[in-house]
Amino acid sequence: MYWNWKKGGVMLGLTFFLAVASIKPIGVSTQFVIADGIIAAALDPTLVQKDEKAKSGYTSTNAYLNKSGGKYAKSVAKPMNYSFVFVLSMFLGGLLGRLLTKKKPGSPVVRQIPGVHTRRFGNKFILRYSLTFIGGVIVLWGARLAGGCTSGHMMSGIMQTSISGYIFAVAAFLAAIPTALLIYKNSGSRNE
Amino acid sequence: MNSILLAILLGTLFGFVLQRIGAADPDKIINMLRLKDFHLMKTILTGIGVSSVLLFAAMATGLLDSGHLSVKSMYWGVVIGGILLGTGWAISGFCPGTGVVAAGSGRIDALIFLLGGLVGAGLYTLMFGVLKSTFLMQPLYGGKTTLVQTGEYQAVLTTSPGWAVAIAIGIALIGIGAALPGNSRNEA
Repeated sequence: MYWNWKKGGVMLGLTFFLAVASIKPIGVSTQFVIADGIIAAALDPTLVQKDEKAKSGYTSTNAYLNKSGGKYAKSVAKPMNYSFVFVLSMFLGGLLGRLLTKKKPGSPVVRQIPGVHTRRFGNKFILRYSLTFIGGVIVLWGARLAGGCTSGHMMSGIMQTSISGYIFAVAAFLAAIPTALLIYKNSGSRNE
Repeated sequence: MNSILLAILLGTLFGFVLQRIGAADPDKIINMLRLKDFHLMKTILTGIGVSSVLLFAAMATGLLDSGHLSVKSMYWGVVIGGILLGTGWAISGFCPGTGVVAAGSGRIDALIFLLGGLVGAGLYTLMFGVLKSTFLMQPLYGGKTTLVQTGEYQAVLTTSPGWAVAIAIGIALIGIGAALPGNSRNEA
């Protein structure tokens, strides 16, 4: 149902190359900060303000949004920018991917609870949603501390032979493999 | 081309490709991390290799300006953040990009992952003022450093030409991907 690794690998590689060639390397996790900033700025209009003295032309009362000359503050004030629209468009890509996938007759359109979860814990929606919520908190907090995620550090980083990319990838897999083995032990080996 | 139009085209393409390789399927991710199914690992290694070979070939032939590169800094936060991301990735089966794609494909658990992600990114945004002066942010290996000579960045290996070494690494990554076992029965 999914592309084989040769076709998938070439398509993935071409996508990363096309992005660098036309504008800049792909990254995702920063846009979670921008989305938070847009919500927070709607509640508190003083959070981000125009400032001609700032490098970006915008300043923020929050130290993170204000770093690098107010780079993030500017993106919050002007959400119609390349990086934010790129990530929003990924939702559409996911939808198109699903719509164009050939399904075996009788299989669900979208499997809502992963098989590894069901085989380990049973068909428990609340537990699954709790795990993904906690996972989301840890993933994005960690990605922001690291300054990038799987896309920005691992893929775009190693592609450019960046030292931080290699080290990030090793750290992520060294933590992820034992965690997955521990939480999803006895989940069988099938990928149906 | 207009940068917003470009963002829509490239973002949609990236989301589509992630969905079609199975990266937005938590079963595929978790079974890769449980070392049961290497299909996605083979795909990712091939993807990094192909993109790196194309990138360095394009720079070597002068088709691409190294100003398009963006190397991220190395500091302790990369290690600790990588460990945290890996942990949350294994718990949920999603990373930031694949969470977005999976939510777009209609997964409710992915939508909840994104809500958690907004909380995590929000907490970090509030804590940055305290964290920024700690050891976590101290540059290591000179900060923005690459393995081979890449544009204007400082390099660990001064072997010349850098692009040839980078292309060799890219081909090696594809080779490792090809050598990893397994054809999952989920392929088409």
